[in-house]
Amino acid sequence: MITKQKSLTEKKKKNKTSKQITGITIFFTCLFLFLCGYITHYSVTHKQELINNSYNGRQQMLLAQNRRGSILSANGEILAQTVLNDEGDEIRDYPYGNLFSHVIGYSTNGRLGVEAQANYYLINSNAPLSEKAALDIKGEKYPGDTVITTLDANLQQVASTALGVYKGAVIVTNPTTGEILAMVSKPDFNPEEIESIWDELVSDKDSSILLNRVTQGLYPPGSTFKIITALEYIRQNPESYSNYNYQCTGTIVKGEDRIQCYHGSVHNGVDFRKSFAKSCNTSFANIGLSLDKNQFSDSLKDLMFGEELPLTVPYSKSSVNVSEDISTADMMQVSIGQGTTSITPIHLNMITSAIANKGMLMKPYVVSKVKNSVGNVIKTFEASSYKRLLTEEEAMALSNLMSSVVTDGTASRLNGLAYTAAGKTGSAEYGTIKGDSHAWFTGYAPVENPEICVTIIIEGAGAGGDYAVPIAKRIFDAYFGV
Amino acid sequence: MELYVSEFSKYVIALLIALYTYESFAVFRFKEEDRRRGIYTRQAILMFALHFSCFIVICFETGDILYLFFYAFQQIVLYAAATLYRLLYSKSNRLLVNNMCMLLSIGFIILTRLSYEKAIKQFIIATGSLVIALVIPFFVHHFKFLKNLKWIYAVVGLLALGIVLILGQTTYGSKLSYSIAGITFQPSEFVKIIFVFFIASALYAAADFFEIFTTAVIAAGHVIILVCSKDLGSALIFFVVYILMVYIASGKIRYMFLGICGGGVAAIVAYQVFTHVQVRVQAFKDPWSVIDAAGYQITQSLFAISSGGWFGLGLYNGTPQSIPFVEADFIFSAIAEELGIIFAVCIILICVSSFIMIMNISIQLKDRFYQLTAFGLGITYIFQIFLTIGGGTKFIPLTGVTLPLISYGGSSILTTLILFAITEGLYMIREEEVLLEQKRKKSKRRRRMITQRTAVTEIMDLDEGETLDNETEIID
Repeated sequence: MITKQKSLTEKKKKNKTSKQITGITIFFTCLFLFLCGYITHYSVTHKQELINNSYNGRQQMLLAQNRRGSILSANGEILAQTVLNDEGDEIRDYPYGNLFSHVIGYSTNGRLGVEAQANYYLINSNAPLSEKAALDIKGEKYPGDTVITTLDANLQQVASTALGVYKGAVIVTNPTTGEILAMVSKPDFNPEEIESIWDELVSDKDSSILLNRVTQGLYPPGSTFKIITALEYIRQNPESYSNYNYQCTGTIVKGEDRIQCYHGSVHNGVDFRKSFAKSCNTSFANIGLSLDKNQFSDSLKDLMFGEELPLTVPYSKSSVNVSEDISTADMMQVSIGQGTTSITPIHLNMITSAIANKGMLMKPYVVSKVKNSVGNVIKTFEASSYKRLLTEEEAMALSNLMSSVVTDGTASRLNGLAYTAAGKTGSAEYGTIKGDSHAWFTGYAPVENPEICVTIIIEGAGAGGDYAVPIAKRIFDAYFGV
Repeated sequence: MELYVSEFSKYVIALLIALYTYESFAVFRFKEEDRRRGIYTRQAILMFALHFSCFIVICFETGDILYLFFYAFQQIVLYAAATLYRLLYSKSNRLLVNNMCMLLSIGFIILTRLSYEKAIKQFIIATGSLVIALVIPFFVHHFKFLKNLKWIYAVVGLLALGIVLILGQTTYGSKLSYSIAGITFQPSEFVKIIFVFFIASALYAAADFFEIFTTAVIAAGHVIILVCSKDLGSALIFFVVYILMVYIASGKIRYMFLGICGGGVAAIVAYQVFTHVQVRVQAFKDPWSVIDAAGYQITQSLFAISSGGWFGLGLYNGTPQSIPFVEADFIFSAIAEELGIIFAVCIILICVSSFIMIMNISIQLKDRFYQLTAFGLGITYIFQIFLTIGGGTKFIPLTGVTLPLISYGGSSILTTLILFAITEGLYMIREEEVLLEQKRKKSKRRRRMITQRTAVTEIMDLDEGETLDNETEIID
């Protein structure tokens, strides 16, 4: 009887041990399954990022095996290619010279632009096996894959020519897809000469030639910021904003602080629409002072001020400072886009695109397809929405305001053309000397069904209506073929 | 032609290992070794095909047909080992033998690709180790006194580790080995096995507080010596093996919690005191910021893992040599780069299947000492794999231990083969236990039958011959 009981307890103990061992076995099995999942996930998601790391020797290995692929415009013009020179060495050839300097970039002395973004595709080869085998026999390299961009060489040329010798930036996008059609930053450089001019550029601390002003240049937005002030006023007064009225005397004085209209204009009695169309500073300072600061601050964050932008190229973050305890003077300055507020041209273009696209911001992109040597598509990059910046109603209201800028406001040079356009000009004062200003224009066309959205800044040129709007017109003309 | 061979072979190799891996889990569908025979035969064929195709690729890529001779030697040794095992020990577990051979052949393949010289060295050591491993199951099976050597294990273990700490050669910042007559030993590898025997022999009879306390002191001694030798990986293995074995021996989860808490405190202290621990943690948290220094190895390993893709770049088409110590601590990354993620994941799964089999053997062992030993060896094996693969992929901080049976390193390969051989011995003990159990049950049943029969014959007066026939059938 006793032995029986003993064997029973032993059996119980045995059972318990079995369960415990089974538990630990299951634990380790799950741990390893998780590890397998982690490794697979990591290797798949980090493949491109890691191959672009300069410490990764596999780049050199791929380049020894494959000839760097070509970069094409949307229409198939060659923007960058690798050819052999007379000595039989590989050189990177940029048929358009300076024209695409920042957007296509370079691939020696580091990498910039599409050369950097699409490096992974350019140094890999998906050529058919038979072609590779034939090249093996000849002892030649495999052709790297071809990267096709969304860029329009014609628009790029027009934009660059129009900007002329000025420093500045032009960005042209399709607001419904986010495709970047043209991106010009001046001063520019010839990517073929990058090696010879490199030392000079790097040693000159003041040189901003390598800076892509479209994505990295921070400028005071000036009157173009009234789009945002107007949006906030509409948001906070959805029913009554159209009843707004103001008597402009050319100056608004609050205590010791004063704001003047541009070039001493006096707009007299203005409503909301006219304040916007004529870009009345005093009226907008007045509007700004009426806004709820906290709500405004939230909206600005939502509009990506001080936030990340959906871009894969290096960019600067725009900044604006609105808080509960902002001074009256600062608030008036913010409302008209002056003071410490700064924005990049691409950010302003995104906001304008969202207005054109009924409030929805599409992710800007420049690489559309990757093909192998025989033209088979390896990868396609689809248009994708990033987020809703404003409601459809708000977009509609702003669209109307921006239309009136063209019909009876500061961008009247775009009025009465074969296409309809909408936009906002800006003359952003900078530095300490009164009167020096950057010329801005941001807008789109046609108003009814937007296809093209441009944002232009010309450093130190003067009034946006006089200098930036004509460039926009030349780009629109080129696009619509008039 | 090479191009076609290398491209086509990628898919073949991935398929072969995937099928093999499938079979190594299909084994668990059947309880009896007899019914698994078909699976084992298929595994052997797949293993042969994989080994052969990899060497064909090596020949094509290097343009040197001589590699086929090397391959032939490997094949002969592996085949001989598997066959001898089967002949000598009819009751051996063939899944473990197969997996052992499979992992060895993968090791030979990748080492041949990385360094022919090291591959040959590894092959010679592996051959010798296989011979040693061949006799071990016999000893385990027959030396019943193994469970009485508690203090000998403790003294030998501490002594071996201690000598290295004092006299050992410093290799890359860690004191790991010493040389006797030109042969370099890494004692921490062998001590792992001795340590498992120590814990098992100390705790199998009674896991009371006193025993647990004394073993804890000895175990802490091992771990501290290893931490001082900067061999963090081995220290961690000893620690985990200890607390898990105590848990199983005592059956009380509170000892495990206590152990984990103690380990946590010790880890924090170690982090504060030892700069080499801080460096490892820093390199784990953000290797990219220290890519020139402490983060170099791990980032190079990550480059390798991420560049292979599902099917790998193909043997000789990657640059795994850019990882320092790729043959030992980072061999998994080299495999992932050139043979692909599918292959790498399959290796993990093959190791897991071996682990499950060892645990299975442990569960079924009646004898407490053997059960604990099997369990401890299983944990030693799987946890080391976790450390090396997890460390090389930035899943956990890097500790620098080898991948059993695949990595380059004589001590590592000999230890792992001994570990597998001991497990085989334990498996045979278990088979014997099962047999005994069956016999006991049968004799019990027979006794019952006999009493029944006598009762029946008394009443019914049945035909003698018929019942006797029945009886012989039962005993048989």
